[in-house]
Amino acid sequence: MQLAIQENIRGIEAECGGACACATCHVYIDDAYLHLLTPPAQDEEEMLEGVAAERRDGSRLACQVIVSDALDGMVVEVPDRQF
Amino acid sequence: MQVERIVRDEHKVLLSDGQELAYETLVIATGSRARPFLEDCAVENVYTLRTLRDAEAIRAAAETTEGPVVIVGGGYVGLELAATFRTHFQRMVHVVEAAPRLLMRAASPALSALVAARHQEAGTVVHAGRCVTGLEQVDGAVSGVVMQDGEVLPAGLVIKGVGILPNQELAVMAGLDCQDGILVDQYCRTSDSSIFAIGDCCRFPEAFSGRLVRLECVQNAHDQARTVASVISGKAQPYTAVPWFWSDQLGMKLQTAGRWEDGMTCAVRDESEKGKMSFFHFSYSGQLCAVETVNHPALHILSRRMILSGVFPEISQVENVDFDLKRLLA
Repeated sequence: MQLAIQENIRGIEAECGGACACATCHVYIDDAYLHLLTPPAQDEEEMLEGVAAERRDGSRLACQVIVSDALDGMVVEVPDRQF
Repeated sequence: MQVERIVRDEHKVLLSDGQELAYETLVIATGSRARPFLEDCAVENVYTLRTLRDAEAIRAAAETTEGPVVIVGGGYVGLELAATFRTHFQRMVHVVEAAPRLLMRAASPALSALVAARHQEAGTVVHAGRCVTGLEQVDGAVSGVVMQDGEVLPAGLVIKGVGILPNQELAVMAGLDCQDGILVDQYCRTSDSSIFAIGDCCRFPEAFSGRLVRLECVQNAHDQARTVASVISGKAQPYTAVPWFWSDQLGMKLQTAGRWEDGMTCAVRDESEKGKMSFFHFSYSGQLCAVETVNHPALHILSRRMILSGVFPEISQVENVDFDLKRLLA
């Protein structure tokens, strides 16, 4: 999420600044990389229930995804809306 | 670069380096600043928290000072710092609040009591309904906080969290209508139709009540920016967003949808066995106006939708934790 904001990626609002409190940094993670991420904690799981766009298997809140070298090449799709 | 002045009849702003900028539309988003308090006591180790630089200074002071931390002001800023000083730095912490309870402006008595209890369990001493009148010092550094009744709380570090003042000086100088905030209409337009004001610095008519309010929260700043963008781009949408707020402290995720006001009826949804608690607030006419949740993000999101759509639960449905509130929006 921080990367998206620094690079001004449109469609990532991140209104709460990364506190897992607003569900406006919803993204779809590439299936091939999903298993490399720490699964969502309960609060993220709850916030994902309330995302504005369609929730899919690869849905995550970008603010809870920690980027590491293992994710090199991961494709992240931005949903059509955040609110 | 600073703006020195707005010259409305020439549609330009004067900058501090002597440059002039012409404008067709001007947006004032000057924010707010810490309300001055105890300014005549110029001593070290006394801080306010508004910026990243303030936060860095406070973190440095947490390492270099000793003795109790006294936080003046029991609002969200003060309480988040109190939580961090207790849990992260293991400091003795006092919170002094002039109002009879914590979070007097931002939260209902129900939420405020729950938050106060958690802070007390964490070891913080809460002094509600007590005023601070001065600071004591030793060798230029703060050593104590003087209360109105004469008691002195020993202090090695003091944080002043007593609210903000809107940065409205440029607008006042330019002759725009101001009243503890730059006055705007539902399109965030000031009394000059080519000048807008958004965020902490403006006072606007709340869509729900029509009352003029000033809101200090990031949601308000973002959504008002969208309103102004819609007006400038010719697809004017009035500002009708449901406000929301959040705070993380002592392991609690506090979230509020809507705006609580005194006189509302409170219904409690008690899921404390799951670590969750929610307070639903209804107006006199039965309208759902605000929902405060503790550790319940899903219900927070749902509440925002309910308030926006005008679909409200009955009090009995709120209180019955087996009733699925999502059904109301299905």
